[in-house]
Amino acid sequence: MNCEQCKNLMDGYLDRELDLITNQKIEQHLRDCRNCDQAYKAHGSLVRAIRDGAPYYKAPAKLRERIQSSLRQEIAKKPVRNVEDSPSLFSARPRWTRTVSFGTPWSGLALAAAIVFAAIITFNLMSRLQRPGNDQFLATQLIASHARSLMANHLTDVASSDQHTVKPWLDTKLDFAPPVVDLSSEGFPLIGGRLDYLDNRPVAALVYERRKHFINLFVWPASSDAATAPKTITRQGYQLLHWADSDFNYWAVSDVNANDLQTFKQQFETRTPHH
Amino acid sequence: MASSKNVMALQLKEEHACESADSDPKIVKFAIVKKRQEDHSLEVGLASFEDAILPHLDAAHNLARWLLRNEQDAQDVVQEAYLRAFKSFAGFHGGNGRAWLLTIVRNTSYTLLKKNRAVDLTTTFDEEIHGSGDEVVSPVTILERSDNAELIKEAMDHLPAEFREILALRHQEGLSYKEIAEIAQIPPGTVMSRLARARTKLREYLAARMGKEK
Repeated sequence: MNCEQCKNLMDGYLDRELDLITNQKIEQHLRDCRNCDQAYKAHGSLVRAIRDGAPYYKAPAKLRERIQSSLRQEIAKKPVRNVEDSPSLFSARPRWTRTVSFGTPWSGLALAAAIVFAAIITFNLMSRLQRPGNDQFLATQLIASHARSLMANHLTDVASSDQHTVKPWLDTKLDFAPPVVDLSSEGFPLIGGRLDYLDNRPVAALVYERRKHFINLFVWPASSDAATAPKTITRQGYQLLHWADSDFNYWAVSDVNANDLQTFKQQFETRTPHH
Repeated sequence: MASSKNVMALQLKEEHACESADSDPKIVKFAIVKKRQEDHSLEVGLASFEDAILPHLDAAHNLARWLLRNEQDAQDVVQEAYLRAFKSFAGFHGGNGRAWLLTIVRNTSYTLLKKNRAVDLTTTFDEEIHGSGDEVVSPVTILERSDNAELIKEAMDHLPAEFREILALRHQEGLSYKEIAEIAQIPPGTVMSRLARARTKLREYLAARMGKEK
């Protein structure tokens, strides 16, 4: 690798978007070439300055309300349009009215019934074929909880970056004592804790922040036969990461990227006492 | 012309309503049941749309705000984008809701940009005004400044739209090159070079700006 090639690939390297082999070639080149290494460091600090310095324009609460009401107006409009549509049907067949009661509407009904039956059969077949696993069902619940926590202005019951405030609060509300650690120094400051209800039981939700995005970490006691292999699910733009130790089940849910979530898990595990 | 047609349609409708009510109550009942089902399915559709897409409101607003550089326009565009998204939600088959929404927000933003400020899209970065070459702002200089955020914002606002959006998508949403390619509708191979150009232009602006102050 020469300096020109290194310069061209530097952004991809910084963004960790290159393949392993190219990555290694660049690392090698940066070790050998002082100029490129300096340019890389300067570029890196520029990137951090953008990331930390550029203001993030959160949506004002009023906008959410405006959108929700405009969506409701939109569906309120729909049935009206259906009624407006119907006259064209009638005008196409003006002699419909008197003779109707015999043939046409019944065949319409029969058709509707057939469609309903077909839908029921398809639905049953589909649900049998794809029978979503427990995880998929849980994932739906987790995403809903995460989304709701951000939506309803109910992110935390106890807002504190101090693990010694959050943990006792949760301990008194739950029949288990979840591990709580602040990961500020690792780039995941603790925001607070919340009670939630998942998988038919009360669970602890720990809230962490990552560059203006939130991570909900749901924790509840592991059942004895819990599988411990970590698992990732990507759905609707959310990342879900599951792991378990001998005591607890963990599900981290967020819209941060998969790498960040993996880092989060590692940091969390390193900082929690092992059993 | 249109109004007379409407009147006719209305008369036909009323006529039909009376006759069908007289002649066959079953039809009316069927219509009512059908309408209720439609209302219900619309509500269910709205609920699942809101569950899937509303969480990405901040991301949508942020992107629109950077593209339009104006709060009122940004809000209008985001509202319009949500309406568009809702109407085409049937065509969205799960997957990445944020990328899907941001694509719509981006398209809606560009429509407005093209309409209102054709200038903005065609203005390329003026090298003579903003300085060029390989001046390197020392990282220390950038990071030590207390008005860092203000300066970065100013610098980003001076970049062309395609650079503003790619920086916001990468650094604020933390999106992958693949997701950015999808949203900005460019080949994945172009993402890296566009990001590189955006960052270089930003650095040049900062260097020129700091040079001027000295």
